[in-house]
Amino acid sequence: MRGRRVAITGAGTINPLGADVPATLAAMREGRVAIGPLDIRDADRLLAPIGAQVAEYDETARFDRQQIALYDRFTQFALIAGGQAVAQSGLTFDGALAERAGVVIGTSGGGLGTQDDNYRAVYEEGKNRVHPFVVPRLMNSAAASHLGMVHNLRGPGFTVSSACASSNHAMGQALAMIRSGMADVMLTGGSEAMLCFGGFKAWEGLRVMSRDGCRPFCATRSGMVQGEGAAVFVFEEWEHARARGAEILAEVAGYSMTSDAGDIVMPSQQGAERAMAGALADAGLAPGDVGYVNAHGTATAANDRIESAAIAAVFGPATGGLAVSSTKSMHGHLIGGAGAVELLACLSALRDGVIPPTMGWRTRDPDCPLDVVPNAAREARVAATLSNAFAFGGLNAVLALRAA
Amino acid sequence: MTAPMPDVRHEVKRILAEQALIEPTDVSDDATLESLGVDSMGLVEAIFGLEEAFDIRIPFNANAPGESGFDISSVDSMVATVERLIAEQKG
Repeated sequence: MRGRRVAITGAGTINPLGADVPATLAAMREGRVAIGPLDIRDADRLLAPIGAQVAEYDETARFDRQQIALYDRFTQFALIAGGQAVAQSGLTFDGALAERAGVVIGTSGGGLGTQDDNYRAVYEEGKNRVHPFVVPRLMNSAAASHLGMVHNLRGPGFTVSSACASSNHAMGQALAMIRSGMADVMLTGGSEAMLCFGGFKAWEGLRVMSRDGCRPFCATRSGMVQGEGAAVFVFEEWEHARARGAEILAEVAGYSMTSDAGDIVMPSQQGAERAMAGALADAGLAPGDVGYVNAHGTATAANDRIESAAIAAVFGPATGGLAVSSTKSMHGHLIGGAGAVELLACLSALRDGVIPPTMGWRTRDPDCPLDVVPNAAREARVAATLSNAFAFGGLNAVLALRAA
Repeated sequence: MTAPMPDVRHEVKRILAEQALIEPTDVSDDATLESLGVDSMGLVEAIFGLEEAFDIRIPFNANAPGESGFDISSVDSMVATVERLIAEQKG
């Protein structure tokens, strides 16, 4: 059921490509790759010590001592992104609107850095006491709660966690709530700050991390590279936005989620296909209406092959004219924050007519026969986009945007 | 004082048998992962088991198994690679 229409009226971000939306879109246009040597404690003990970090980040310049005591890095990122999004929207949440406004944020690891630091304190350093705010700092829902407190959002508030699809699932929930009349405005998106020693070691164990860069859809691809950061959007009921003369960045036109019900790590082509086809149907879009797909594109052997086949199956003859790129090649894989930052690439295509590239691409893989916009951004008029997220465990979520 | 090094072939067979849900004695020298029915997750877990058993680091990227330097084509090849890595890393 489609119900009411939903507009995006604000966007904010901090991620390896930039500390706000204009800087991020400029970096995507330039094809800047933010992947490099990891600067974290004990990086010398990592086998694949590369990643995309939020560079030159100084929490003390952004937050005071009391706030830092309560804000894990993932909460800090979410608050920075959310503040920008609300400012752009021009909304103030008070009176009746506050009760009709909510927040739903995607994250996979939540306050993993806080957990890592404090496990280290009690196990490695043998301490018998930790800071009193460890629990409120590490909670997966902390970012959503703090966004609600800062902006006075008194309606629905919660966190969605579905691994690499967390952001898209969160934004899909926000869309559904506004459509159904449960809320009029939702802050939504995702945040992740998993680049700590324990978080990275866990990924290393799976043997899917690249040691030399993220090259999605390339025959020489060698695995994923992790990133960190957040993006948060203001989703607003269409007529509410129009009535106050707000600038509408794009329409959240459709959404679909499916489950593979198959394997805990291997993706299924059919699950991805059903999610993309479902988002198109929900948005009332034909395959030929879509000019750009932001791929999940993790640069693992399995994902890129299966996603390519799924795109070709859904788009059929329209695949030939379709631009598909993975911006993970630039900002890395933000895990639970991925879909949110990647929705910015869709806004770039819809609003600026700039399709961000797949960087690092060297050689065509016959199993990935797509136009992946290799190595340079492209100007194009795009009326509608899809953004894919296919999580471990076969949880798929795809969002469709339409130009406002 | 270090514990005696377990026999490499015995350990490779034991670890693969664990993944294949069969007896180690039923793993032949020329058995392949395919013939044993060990999938990519099983292989990654088996490599972890070998690293732990011999305290070595086995280079392996699941995205490019052929380029990893760990020859997984048969039990024989895995034994040979593990023996080489032990010699290189523990010698």
